[in-house]
Amino acid sequence: MHIVVCVKQVPDTKVIKINPKTNTLDRRGVPSIMNPYDAHAVQEAVRLKREYGGKVSVLSMGPPQAEAVIKKSIEIGADEGYLISDRAFAGADTLATSYALTKALEKISSASPIDMIFCGKHAIDGDTGQVGPGIASRLDIPPVTNITSITKVTKDYVELQRKLQDGYAHIRTTLPCLITIEKEINEIEYAPFPNMLKAVSCQPVVWNVDQLGEVDRKQLGLKGSPTVVGKMFAPPKQEGGHRLEGSPQEQVDQLLHVLQEKRHLFHKKGGAAV
Amino acid sequence: MPEKFDVIVVGAGPAGTSCAYLCAKNGLKVLQIERGEYPGAKNVMGGVLYKQQLEEIIPEFWKEAPIERPIVEQRMWLLDEESAITLGYKGQAWANEENYNNFTILRAKFDQWFAKKAQEQGVTLINETVVDACLVEEGKVIGVRTDRPDGDVYTDVVVLADGVNSLLAKQLGFHEEIEPAQVALTVMEVLNLPAETINERFNLEDGQGCTIEMFGDATKGHLGTAFLYTNKESLNIGVGTTLSSLVNSKMKPYDLLEYVKNHPIVKPLIKGAEEAEYLAHLIPEGGYHAIPKLVGDGVIVAGDAAQLVNGIHREGSNMAMKSGSFAAEAILLAKQTGKYTEEVLDIYREKVYESFIGKDLEKYKDATETLENHPQYLKEYIPMLNRAARTFFTVDGISKQEKQRGIFNMFMERGKIRTVQDMYRAWKVMK
Repeated sequence: MHIVVCVKQVPDTKVIKINPKTNTLDRRGVPSIMNPYDAHAVQEAVRLKREYGGKVSVLSMGPPQAEAVIKKSIEIGADEGYLISDRAFAGADTLATSYALTKALEKISSASPIDMIFCGKHAIDGDTGQVGPGIASRLDIPPVTNITSITKVTKDYVELQRKLQDGYAHIRTTLPCLITIEKEINEIEYAPFPNMLKAVSCQPVVWNVDQLGEVDRKQLGLKGSPTVVGKMFAPPKQEGGHRLEGSPQEQVDQLLHVLQEKRHLFHKKGGAAV
Repeated sequence: MPEKFDVIVVGAGPAGTSCAYLCAKNGLKVLQIERGEYPGAKNVMGGVLYKQQLEEIIPEFWKEAPIERPIVEQRMWLLDEESAITLGYKGQAWANEENYNNFTILRAKFDQWFAKKAQEQGVTLINETVVDACLVEEGKVIGVRTDRPDGDVYTDVVVLADGVNSLLAKQLGFHEEIEPAQVALTVMEVLNLPAETINERFNLEDGQGCTIEMFGDATKGHLGTAFLYTNKESLNIGVGTTLSSLVNSKMKPYDLLEYVKNHPIVKPLIKGAEEAEYLAHLIPEGGYHAIPKLVGDGVIVAGDAAQLVNGIHREGSNMAMKSGSFAAEAILLAKQTGKYTEEVLDIYREKVYESFIGKDLEKYKDATETLENHPQYLKEYIPMLNRAARTFFTVDGISKQEKQRGIFNMFMERGKIRTVQDMYRAWKVMK
């Protein structure tokens, strides 16, 4: 079985600041990390490889330093990495990104057919969650999003659990398919030492736009991106919670009152808290 | 069979990276293991890097290394509660490239750069990995056990550059549990301030820096120092005292730092600066007597792990680099003989003790203990000197001779014999 995981290097949004004047992200000195959902996607692919055999490849689009996320994937247990890197890809929105990645996936697939494509459910910088389904649409394979568990894999189909707004859906879908991964699907394992050594010496395959075969350049980068960012603003800071004051007895009474008022929040439906 | 390396270096600070760099440069297969997310992520020092020892490894490193400012002025303040006696040296000689003496650096940036240079020489660097133990077979170190699954790695020789309080050297029985009087806890902040403001407040030309060391009231009279160093667009301010004085006085290190920041002599210099980072670390202060066993079969201890810090002269990273270089020399020699025994590697110990490292540490071997046992130097004499200076420089109709007599009597109030004893003791430990 061949699983390809699409991974992205993102600024660490935990430390990012917003320039209060321009409302744009101030990326100065902000470290780049692997999109956390993508790490879970790689981990899940590695788990399936362990159970069913096969190979895990990772694919990323970005500047040369995006190599770091491929190395990170090798640490987790991926076997090989591909990076598409070219000025022509710069400024791509989700539409253009899914086009470029699809071209790379087609090339990978021509050498070694792909059974499943994994993506993180979304990237923490853009939060759109559009690239995965975009790729599935271009490849005309089923997209299954927000997956919290992969329960069974055969050579024809896969069974999974999908997170919905008020519960879970158990689905079966045919292969090949594209799956986007939620964090709760697994815990990232502490990588074995030999993987760490392998990651240091790993040289990902790097393709520029000319090496991707027949590509419609009009669909790449800024040119291929119809998305226009109208305005950016920082979300309002969360206000502090309500504080209960008074004697312990008064505080307990107030707390009970609050809990009574909000009791509907604790009602269970279908085994999961809503 | 797992991969085998010629050398495994534990730690990616100045000692470890110097050793790894030189070993790899000379063709050895080197694995360097760092517990932090990246080299420098967990490393802290006040911020002064001396030029010479790194220059010997990478000539003209300052042209590309992320240094902050070359230092042209070193000030020393003997602080009382609201005054200071100031001493210092400023010279344009240190402003010329060929005569650079030292620089301020930010370790997170600098250590990454240095490690990158070592990687360019062929060092395999693994981050985010803790070495739990040395693998020992028949008394000889043959590798390390990391905390990762399948984590054993084998080698001819292990260099322990794992920093102050080296648990690995302790496991091997090279030193006892470190005493609270043998380490200082240093806390510091990086304060952002525009370059022009720094230049004005510290009377500096663009691209030149100054360091200030503070004694006395900066540590409320306890054994230690405070410091204020100029970076490009920030200041490093910090204070370090021995762990034992913190314990005995029940002082909290961050309270002490706040005290220094609000000291009337310090406050105007850092006014309006924005707190960017807070760091804390142990610094070895045990000196000569605390140096552990440095060499064993298949193992060498270097840098802070070997307690190679001269607290009196705030030298540490340079000694770390020099000891790392000596370790590399010894390993290359051992490689030629094919034997990594204690006898062969012992050349490392000799080099350390015969160089300025051993000599300087020996010179001040009793200084820390003396100052710890005789707190009057920092607690009484510094305030007295401040009072004496104020008396002497105040024009109030009293004759200079009378003032001198008053000052003399003030010093002798402690008893003539005691004062003479104190002076003799101070001369003896510093000579």
